[in-house]
Amino acid sequence: MYGVGLIKGLGVTIKNLILPGRQFTIHQYPDRKIGPIGLARMEGKNPLAFALSRPGETLKAMMGLVSVPDKRQDQHPRFRGEEFSWYDNRCTGCASCAKYCPLGIIKIVTSPSETAMQEGDKYAIDVFDIDIGRCMFCGLCVEACPYDALHMGSGFEEGTYTRAELVINVDMLKAAPKKPSQWFRPQLTSQNYNPLDSDGKEASSQDVHRHEKPSQSDQEKTWGQR
Amino acid sequence: MAVKTEPVTINLGPQHPSTHGVFRLRVKFDGEVVLDVEPVFGYLHRGTEKLAESRTYVQIVTLTDRLDYTASMSNNLSYVLAVEKLAGIEAPERAQYIRVICAELARISSHLMATGFLLNDLGAFATPLMYCFRERERILDLFEMLCGARITVSYMRPGGVLQDPPDDFWPALTRINDDLPQYFDELESLITGNEIVLARTRDVGTISAEHAINASISGPILRATGVQWDVRRADPYEIYDRLDFDIPIGAVGDTFDRYLVRIQEMRESVKIIRQCIEQTPDGPYRADAPWFIRAPEGDAYAAVEGPKGELGFYMVSDGDISPYRCKIRAPSFINLTALTDMLVGWKMGDLITIFGSLDVVLGEVDR
Amino acid sequence: MHEIQTAGILDFGSLERFFQRVLPDSLDRFAFFIAAFTLAFIVINVMVQTTAVYTWFERRVLGRFQGRLGPNRWGPFGMLQPIADLIKLMTKEDMVPKIADRWSFNLAPIILVFPTLLVVAVIPFGPDSFLGRLNIGILFVLGVTSVNTIAIFMAGWGSANKYAMLGAMRGVAMLVSYEVPMALGVVGVLILSGSLAMSDIVIQQNVPFLIVQPLGFLIFIAAASAEMSRTPFDQIEAESELGSGYNTEYSSMKFGMLFLGEFMAPLVTGMIVTTLFLSGTRGFDPIPGQVWFVGKTFAVVFALLWVRATWPRLRVDQIMAFAWKGLFGMALVNIFLIAVEVAVFQDDAGKISTNSLWIMSAINWAIAIGVIVAVANILGQPNLERPTPVPSPLANMYAEAD
Ligand code: SF4
Ligand code: SF4
Repeated sequence: MYGVGLIKGLGVTIKNLILPGRQFTIHQYPDRKIGPIGLARMEGKNPLAFALSRPGETLKAMMGLVSVPDKRQDQHPRFRGEEFSWYDNRCTGCASCAKYCPLGIIKIVTSPSETAMQEGDKYAIDVFDIDIGRCMFCGLCVEACPYDALHMGSGFEEGTYTRAELVINVDMLKAAPKKPSQWFRPQLTSQNYNPLDSDGKEASSQDVHRHEKPSQSDQEKTWGQR
Repeated sequence: MAVKTEPVTINLGPQHPSTHGVFRLRVKFDGEVVLDVEPVFGYLHRGTEKLAESRTYVQIVTLTDRLDYTASMSNNLSYVLAVEKLAGIEAPERAQYIRVICAELARISSHLMATGFLLNDLGAFATPLMYCFRERERILDLFEMLCGARITVSYMRPGGVLQDPPDDFWPALTRINDDLPQYFDELESLITGNEIVLARTRDVGTISAEHAINASISGPILRATGVQWDVRRADPYEIYDRLDFDIPIGAVGDTFDRYLVRIQEMRESVKIIRQCIEQTPDGPYRADAPWFIRAPEGDAYAAVEGPKGELGFYMVSDGDISPYRCKIRAPSFINLTALTDMLVGWKMGDLITIFGSLDVVLGEVDR
Repeated sequence: MHEIQTAGILDFGSLERFFQRVLPDSLDRFAFFIAAFTLAFIVINVMVQTTAVYTWFERRVLGRFQGRLGPNRWGPFGMLQPIADLIKLMTKEDMVPKIADRWSFNLAPIILVFPTLLVVAVIPFGPDSFLGRLNIGILFVLGVTSVNTIAIFMAGWGSANKYAMLGAMRGVAMLVSYEVPMALGVVGVLILSGSLAMSDIVIQQNVPFLIVQPLGFLIFIAAASAEMSRTPFDQIEAESELGSGYNTEYSSMKFGMLFLGEFMAPLVTGMIVTTLFLSGTRGFDPIPGQVWFVGKTFAVVFALLWVRATWPRLRVDQIMAFAWKGLFGMALVNIFLIAVEVAVFQDDAGKISTNSLWIMSAINWAIAIGVIVAVANILGQPNLERPTPVPSPLANMYAEAD
């Protein structure tokens, strides 16, 4: 009453205006406008020396015209992103992923490969289409993959102009950068693998496996004595 | 000279700034005063219940995310509890604690959104909304840590949770949990004492306790009328019986009470999370449940206290890998029963406010 | 009577004299028109561009209030954003609803913009820069600004849209009501300064009238924000209720014009408030009066933005009640108070010394607080104390059923 609450409210908003820590948007992606001080700091100089050595740049920065490329906002390594990471040498073509997908948008066609399958070799994958235009990135396919061949990716910038381009086929999957998310892959967590590292380290198919392939004798021991 | 007037019918929605989605109200106005309201919905109908009949039990989890998308964790929890009851799976204790933490975080994030949008409906130019979103964002960051997604989490599974929280989750949770009360204080000093808010919300859209119960309303709207009824207390699920928390109630049951109850509930949620952080035991986070659950024939109903009210799943199984029937008791939908009674007689501005204070989410209303 | 001075660096008189000197004698009679067109050209351009800068300012500041960055991509600090907006508006399809009343629909944007531009004519921008020194300046301002009521009604009626109609009806009711407290709020200033001319009012403000009559200032600023439909009185647009109110059906540059009028209004209000209550162009010496004027105007505009960023809006009946029950009474108290004080403190020559102005302000502040408390008690909802929540017995229903 008496307008005290109104004035208190004004106090709250001005506090939020002034305190820089209360900024909501802090990341500008892909580039960010930068002021003269920030520019000098990026160059590793003190602002005064920088202003003296490169007055033109400083002036431009003061006018708010300088933008520098900015890192995208860090996701957690578990972030379920697009561009599935798929290791063709790990995939056996079992199609568990296709079966588990709630939307049925994974299409797998296999043919027997030349080598004998009894020795642990695999089917040749002819078609592996994921229609990510309809995918909801629930990750059930990744959860289902028994051989750790399919992983969620970590990107989110896969915009295209047509829906047809959103179907990723086996060649695109092979060519895609192998930056699997840590989601449902504790082995990656234990390696401290971070797909969003700025140096962009890719995970090899050795890194992503959960367990060693049992040796022939081990297999015989397990399966032969049944 | 008497001027001849006649009521005018206006379609509010489905595309309207304050219908919180694609909701449509066919309103008959006498000038500014509401004479009659006819809610029209179904614009977001996706047939979730029918879809569930052709999905396996785990796959349905992804459907539940999309019901009340402001608090998908609560939906997950309710569904998962129903399946556990149906299939006789017992979740390990650690999983139960984690699920309670998630549900309470979801409650906070949903209530923050409700408060922000209520203020937006009152005409504050998005400022409280952005403040609420700023804090909600941090909670969504926590969800991202847990399961890699912010809104459509699909985190819970029958028999536990999908993955153990990462190591950096617990410190982050503690920090945010400690920050939140200060933030609520700030929000309250911006809103609660504000004379304009008081003038717009006090004694507006009042609903009596009897009426609320007769209309089968639950959640903050029921508690705002003074009925201290909360599924967490009335029918404790998970580990809520071990936790110490209050159930805030309102005095009158008007729009302002609904707002106040939400704020206090958020404070209680912070309390609950704090206790959970202390009590969470080590151990497995997921029971050994098969991927293709084959529930025995029978039916089960499990309800949780979602942010909007009692959120229940009724599942019938015929012994197959997918349910025979899945019925969702969506609180937003049922809370709309009394909408017409609440709105008639109020002005247009109040219509928006009252509707905003009900905090419906169309994903849940239309299913 | 005041004699009409034409001493500014930018005023109509000197422009006309300039053209008379430049033009050959045979064309002398055109000097008037040429001067008029030149002046109009300058004023319109300067105002439109200032408004463009102001839209950028408003969006930046609102953004910062909400913890966002606001427009910052295009030009220095996003300052070219208004140009981008303009291009977008111009390239949009210009639609007129089929059943619209085309005349009023098309005329409304023009009628909304021009009174705002007219007001600029009488505002003293500096000690010696003003456009026209009208001796009834403030009356002119009050008269001209009330034209926008008609414009808004034309827009709402013409678009044949129910939302627009509702917005326009609200608008007319509200704007007409708030004319009254606005005019009454100004009366206090007039009594104190003893003149209707804006420049005289500035000269009289040895102590800014904001300090001398806080009540008058509050009334004026409340009424002015209602007149230009800003929070907490933005019933005309009320975007969460009416979509966009009276301009729902407008698109392309017609919308741009409405937008222009709408965003020019705070600027002009800022100027008027500066002139009437913040001692206009006066300030400390080294800084020129024009700078003071601009600075004060932006301070007022910022305060309006601050309010806009913070407060929700009142309901339509509450707004009307506030005008008639609250502001009207307060304005009458203010007038009475100032009149009595002027009668008491006036010396024989009709002047009021600076010292008595300070005494007056002390009295006025005390009374202002008293009046606000009284009005809040009368208008505020009676039982502000809420009953303590009592758990309803109905809650046990569940337990009994067991
Ligand atoms: S992420 Fe989900 S929807 Fe997408 S392909 Fe995998 S299982 Fe299907
Ligand atoms: S990706 Fe995994 S689940 Fe899918 S076919 Fe290959 S091995 Fe089987």
